[in-house]
Amino acid sequence: MITAEQKPMQEIIQYIAPYDKILLIGCNECVTVCAAGGRKEVGLLASALKLDRLKHGKTIDIKEITLERQCDPEYVEELVATIDDADAVLSMACGCGVQTIAERFNKKHVYPAVNTKFMGASQSQGVWVERCQGCGDCMLGITAGICPVSRCSKSLLNGPCGGTSNGQCEIGPETDCAWVLIWERLKALGLESRYEELVEARDWRPAGGAGPRKIIREDLVL
Amino acid sequence: MENFEPEIVAFCCHYCAYTAADMAGSKRISYPSNVKIIRVPCTGKVDAIHIMKALEKGADGVYVAGCLEGDCHFKNGNTRAKQRVARVQKFLEEIGWEKERVEMINMSAGMGERFARTAHEFTEKIRELGPNPVKQSIKTEIQALA
Repeated sequence: MITAEQKPMQEIIQYIAPYDKILLIGCNECVTVCAAGGRKEVGLLASALKLDRLKHGKTIDIKEITLERQCDPEYVEELVATIDDADAVLSMACGCGVQTIAERFNKKHVYPAVNTKFMGASQSQGVWVERCQGCGDCMLGITAGICPVSRCSKSLLNGPCGGTSNGQCEIGPETDCAWVLIWERLKALGLESRYEELVEARDWRPAGGAGPRKIIREDLVL
Repeated sequence: MENFEPEIVAFCCHYCAYTAADMAGSKRISYPSNVKIIRVPCTGKVDAIHIMKALEKGADGVYVAGCLEGDCHFKNGNTRAKQRVARVQKFLEEIGWEKERVEMINMSAGMGERFARTAHEFTEKIRELGPNPVKQSIKTEIQALA
C-alpha cells in the first residue's frame, strides 16, 4: 500500500487559516489501512481543527466526507454535490488523491493534510516498512523475494557493499543489509548459484528516469 | 473564574473504575459532582475521537479510568486506552492546549477511596487550569442560534 503520515498540525492550520468552510476528505484505501487518512482520522483532524479555531474565539465549518478512492475520477465525481459550499478542500489522501481532486475541481483551493511516504507493507500492528520503489522492472524473481532496490540503502544490484556488518547496514543498526538477507534466503532455498549471476547495469527509465510514467491498457481504454 | 466549577467527563471501565465509584458510594465516601461518569465495557472501547468530542462539546477535563495494568478483563484494553490518551495529549499540545486536561488513570474495583481521591485531585487540577478554552465560543454560538 501507499503509506502516509499526518502533517504537523501547525502546517495544516496555516494552510486553512484564510478559510471558514472546509471540505475535509478522507480516502478508504491505503491511507485508511495505514491509519493516516481514513474516516477515523478525518473525524479526529476535524475535531482538532475546530478546537484550535474555538480557542481563538472563531468558528470553522468542516464538512467530513470519506471517498472510496480519491485517485479514481468516478469516486471524486461524488464531490460535485458538496464541493461548491466549501472555500477550500483539505485532503487526507496520498499525493495521487490530492492531485485527482485538484485536477477535477481546478478552481478549488486544495491542500494536503498528510505527507505521502512510501510503498510499504505492514510489519506488525502500527509499523510499516518500505518494500517497493516501483522501479518498473521487478527483480524479486532472482533475488529470493527480497528487493535490493528498495531495501538496500544504495539500491545495489550486486551486493553487498563494504558497509555491511553483521547483517546490518552501515546507515544504522535498525536497517538489515538487504544483500545479506538475499544471500541467507538463497542459501536456505538451495539457490546459491543465483548469487553468482551478475546483474548488468540496468535501464532506469522504467523507474522514472525518463520522466513521469504512464500505463496505457489498450484493451481497457474507452 | 472564581466561581468556575469544572465539568469533567470520566470514561470508566465497567469492571474496575465504575465499580470503584459504586464502592465509594457504598462506603459513603463523597466525590465531586463535577465528574460525570460514562460507563464503558472496557477502556479499550474509548477511542481518541470520544475524548476529542467531549472537549469539543465543552468538557473542561476528560479522564479515562481503567483497570490496573496487567489486570484488564479483556487482556489489554487499558494499555490501548493509555496509548490513545497519549495520542490525544500530543494532538492537544500541537494546537496549544494543556495536555493535562486529558489523563489515563488505573484502579481496581475495590479502590473506592482511590476513585474518590482521583476525582478530587483531577477536579482541582482542572480548576487550576481554568475553563476549557472553547467554552466561551460555544456559549456565543448557542446564543447566536437562539
